[in-house]
Amino acid sequence: MGIEAIDRAAKNFVLTVQEYSLFAARAALNLFSAPVYWSDIIVQCDIIGVGSTLIVVFAGFFTGGVLAVQSAATLASFGATAVTGRFVAMSMIRELGAVLTGIMVSGRNASSMASELGSMVVTEQIDAMRALGVDPMRKLVTPRIFATVVMLFFLTILSDFCGILGGAAVTVFMNGQNGTQYFSMAYEYLRYPDILQGLIKPIFFGFIIASIGCFYGMRTTGGTQGVGQSTIKSVVFASVLIIFVDLLVSLTMVSLF
Amino acid sequence: MNAPLASPVESAQQATGPVLEFSGVTVSFDGPPVLNDISFSVAPGETRILLGPAGVGKSVLLKTANGLVQPDSGTVAILGETITGLPERLLIPMRARTGMVFQEGALFDSLPVRDNVAYQLIQEKVADEEIDERVHIALRFVGLEQTFSLFPGSLSGGMRRRVAIARALIHYPELLLYDSPTGGLDPVTSTTIIELIVKQRDVYKTPSLLVTHRLQDAFTMCSHRFDTEKDAMVPLPDGETDPGTTFLMLNDGKLIFDGSLHDLVHSENEFVREFLE
Repeated sequence: MGIEAIDRAAKNFVLTVQEYSLFAARAALNLFSAPVYWSDIIVQCDIIGVGSTLIVVFAGFFTGGVLAVQSAATLASFGATAVTGRFVAMSMIRELGAVLTGIMVSGRNASSMASELGSMVVTEQIDAMRALGVDPMRKLVTPRIFATVVMLFFLTILSDFCGILGGAAVTVFMNGQNGTQYFSMAYEYLRYPDILQGLIKPIFFGFIIASIGCFYGMRTTGGTQGVGQSTIKSVVFASVLIIFVDLLVSLTMVSLF
Repeated sequence: MNAPLASPVESAQQATGPVLEFSGVTVSFDGPPVLNDISFSVAPGETRILLGPAGVGKSVLLKTANGLVQPDSGTVAILGETITGLPERLLIPMRARTGMVFQEGALFDSLPVRDNVAYQLIQEKVADEEIDERVHIALRFVGLEQTFSLFPGSLSGGMRRRVAIARALIHYPELLLYDSPTGGLDPVTSTTIIELIVKQRDVYKTPSLLVTHRLQDAFTMCSHRFDTEKDAMVPLPDGETDPGTTFLMLNDGKLIFDGSLHDLVHSENEFVREFLE
């Protein structure tokens, strides 16, 4: 009985991974053949990118501030509080800017995509779209994935910037250190591979957020309760996958540079 | 410009073979077959009414008819072209030649009635002036011209179905598929919807497949015609029925009846008799 349950769960897992891979590949490949719905991409860029700006700004600023508070306390015991700027900038740019922005956007947009598409599935709007001769993958999924990848890239840069500013605010106004020294340390030790690492990650994360959100939305079953389940699954899987992929990308980048 | 709803007449008259043909179609979803070895056809100008109790697979059959559901075995042909096994990109242009009215209307919540009705035309980048004109004509056909700028959320259930009918008609469909268009509606609203379907049948002669579990709707369609002078549905003389309107009945995934109203009411099949009673 126990073996059968494990066997069934394993098969379901493999089947889901296979369906997700095909779904994501098809959505991505749709960009390279007509029709591409550019107006829908712009609308999604506005919803996902502009709509997430405020939460990303605040999350980035406060994270930078917390990093400055914690690092200054630790660095003080080594008499090295002068490198707070370097610590905050490195942490934000290489790691936290991308991951935190990814998780914030995932909570906001993966859930909204899953619930929106899920509602359309259970009310037969997706079937109606297909019956009207429009491919929902091209019309709904591809624009969301492309828009999330593009906008998460810029949101991550914004988050990095706000994080460094937040760190500066704490360093200067609370720890009473020199602002020029903070920014000088933040800039001086930054290398191109650090920036590259921080900017490659949001491309992966953006793809994960939108493809997982749309995937669970499009395979919703079971009415309004099913929509709720899809929403939960999309946020949970997108967040976990972001952290897992972050580890893989970090390992790869560290070994390369 | 020709009236947008005029074209189906021409296409229906041009067609010679079956407009829709099922041959040994079986469909199942992780269990026993929902549809089991189903074969029937819809001829040009013909209206077929698919009867059966709730949950018997009528909606699945309708979705199989335009490739929204793919059969496990057997073939489905629309307008002479087999659609079974076709990839989605080839099915999409085929579906655009049919019109489908979903059970609850399936209107796009985020779009106003104008954009819902004109959905296909907008995708085809038809000029705005032509879209507006054609939407007005389609909405006038269903008696809802005043809803042009409203959102579906502000419409009643019956109005949503009528808008869905307008959306199905605007693109000159060569085959119409109605999925329980009167399900869950009050008798007065149901009659309004049936009147629209009879109007479409008698004025534009578009072949159609209509799914319902409401016998009174089916009998009304058979026993009435649309009078264009009175702009209303009127009863046929006593004893007369519409010859182009015939019946199918589904039970336990099998097609248990295929014939005229006369054959239906005189059927010896136990389930048919029970259903009629």
